[in-house]
Amino acid sequence: MTTLNWLPRAPDFRQSLRSALATSDPHERLERLAALSQYRLGFLETIQLDNALKATASDASPGFARIRLGLLASSTIDHLLPGLRVAGLRRRMLMEIYTGSFGQYRQELLDPGSGLYQFKPQVVLLSLGCRETIAGVPLAASAEEAQGSLQAAIQDIRTLWRQARQSFDATVIQQSFLDVSEPLFGSYDRLVPGAPARLVARLNEMLAEAAAQDGSLLLDIARYSARDGIDAWFDTTRWLQGKIEIAPSAAPLYGDIVARLIAAQRGQSKKCLVLDLDDTLWGGVIGDVGLEGIILGEGSAAGEAHLALQRYAKALKERGIILAVCSKNELATAEGAFHTHPEMLLKRSDITAFAANWTDKAENLRAIAAQLNIGLDSLVFVDDNPAERARVRESLPMVAVPELPEDPAHYVRCLTDAGYFEAIAFTDEDRQRVGQYAANIEREALRGSYQSMDDYLRGLQMSVVFGAVGPVDLARATQLINKTNQFNTTTRRLSSEELSAIAGATQNITLQFRLIDRFGDNGLVSVMILCRDPAESDLFEVINWVMSCRVFGRQLEDEAMNIAVELARERGARRLRAEIIATKKNAVISDLYRNLGFAPLAGTAAADTTRWLLNLADYTNRPTFINRRAQA
Amino acid sequence: MTDQEVLDLFTGVLRDLLADDSIVLTMQTKRIDVPNWDSFSYVTFIAAAEMKLGIKFRIADVEAFATVGDIVRQTQTLLQKSKS
Repeated sequence: MTTLNWLPRAPDFRQSLRSALATSDPHERLERLAALSQYRLGFLETIQLDNALKATASDASPGFARIRLGLLASSTIDHLLPGLRVAGLRRRMLMEIYTGSFGQYRQELLDPGSGLYQFKPQVVLLSLGCRETIAGVPLAASAEEAQGSLQAAIQDIRTLWRQARQSFDATVIQQSFLDVSEPLFGSYDRLVPGAPARLVARLNEMLAEAAAQDGSLLLDIARYSARDGIDAWFDTTRWLQGKIEIAPSAAPLYGDIVARLIAAQRGQSKKCLVLDLDDTLWGGVIGDVGLEGIILGEGSAAGEAHLALQRYAKALKERGIILAVCSKNELATAEGAFHTHPEMLLKRSDITAFAANWTDKAENLRAIAAQLNIGLDSLVFVDDNPAERARVRESLPMVAVPELPEDPAHYVRCLTDAGYFEAIAFTDEDRQRVGQYAANIEREALRGSYQSMDDYLRGLQMSVVFGAVGPVDLARATQLINKTNQFNTTTRRLSSEELSAIAGATQNITLQFRLIDRFGDNGLVSVMILCRDPAESDLFEVINWVMSCRVFGRQLEDEAMNIAVELARERGARRLRAEIIATKKNAVISDLYRNLGFAPLAGTAAADTTRWLLNLADYTNRPTFINRRAQA
Repeated sequence: MTDQEVLDLFTGVLRDLLADDSIVLTMQTKRIDVPNWDSFSYVTFIAAAEMKLGIKFRIADVEAFATVGDIVRQTQTLLQKSKS
């Protein structure tokens, strides 16, 4: 199935589209089109919405990001563009797409006079077919010959990636190869080095390894076609008619898979799975049937279906997704199930935020987001009850609410199809994150037990480990820069290649900070980037400074500035300049630099920007309860 | 479905595809009669019509269609077949 089955059906799409188009205010119109993109749109509806989007002037669209995507393909891809743009709109990204001439992807990338160079893509997506890539390998090739040919093909692709990075600083997305080969020997294909099926499988493995090494993102449509069936993704008729490799019926899904990857890179993936209990995490209403009456676990097929959802949630937790509960229940009854039901796979300790009461669910979701200190747009709310889903969608449109199928057997499939938690890295911090959130709740409890803030901070027994951003820190540092929305002074997003380049240049100072306290290691929680002003050598500019919301207000901002000032002085600096570019989410740090002793700079800045200057001669180290510890 | 119903459905599909509500298809309409109905949007039109009706045109027929009427007649044949 290549339908967007996690999205609700549009009640009257044609009518809604017409009324959206009749809206004269362009912002309002764009918002209404974005709302329509949240429905389960088919091939034609996607094209209609895209036509409406194209007719909507969107030069200045507050709340929407603009993405320039260069789509380079060896097959026809014009039919994929509406799906890409609509899936972008679904994530508040307005995509401008350059496709170049048919089959000219190599020239587009290698020739500085090409249209692609004029376009300056931020993201380059390479969509290549397996046919031409394995065409040169004879069926009778030995294992070594086949391997050599595939290695050459991969090298060739890596050259294209390198070009995209060097010329445009672009994020590179490489699509895996759709296996459209026909069986030759049958199952034995897999044992013949030169057989197409084996070549494509090897090619895809090698592609993934190369992508991991080079920091390219993999768009694994081969995996999707293995799940949905090759016929859902490839239509021989369309191939013969117009060299269309990806079937038009799969176009809306293809667009969504690409958009979720780009959104993941921009830090827009969801962070928290909020689960309803009755008829979602288990079968039946526990308040009515009691602990013994709920349907869960081995011995009943329906019980196993609910257990499968728990297993999936637990696996998500292990990869760093926070779990929460939002249920209309008595708290004691709900928690009791977690503590005492023998078939419960999820334990109370797996759930970081637990809301079981009779309050409106939208209110509870707000409270959960506040408790975890994450945005409402980081939540996925899973509830079997259509009325609750509709209510939450209505009052909190930024919360993702999957349209669960009626049969619990398909709950997990629905959630996985939606791709809410798309990731582009799996870091040590991800592995530890949930423990860190739990430790934070212990810290909060400690805070409550102290009389004063100073006593609390002293009691935390904090120490900081810091250093330049090195190769081992790159993945986490990039993730932090791109995912942090609150303590992010300029929201300048950087790819790991860009960050690596900045860290490698001697005129710059990059800093990463880990904060450790008696409850554990918070991990790498802050990154600061300072560049020497090219014109004034005694001046350093804070290009960006990000800090995880988990450690706000723990004096790390003070200690980090103490450290930055010391290092800048060592480099001969006499002044630091910094700016805050205001966004919807970073109001919490609008006074950061003032509090650290910077003076405001007047003029020259855009309306949303404040600029600050610190004379290092005036700076005395700010007192903190944080000890410095040498890097291990 | 009557021929007219199929024609109406095709008209709707093509209007959606080309964002042009002035399109009205008849049995005699040829592709060149409709602005912007190029060879690529012809393939897209065929794909969309197939998805709507749950049928699959033969590749040679798609190449041979001269008028919308040809497509309608072939559609009727395929719908008949799928019923039996």
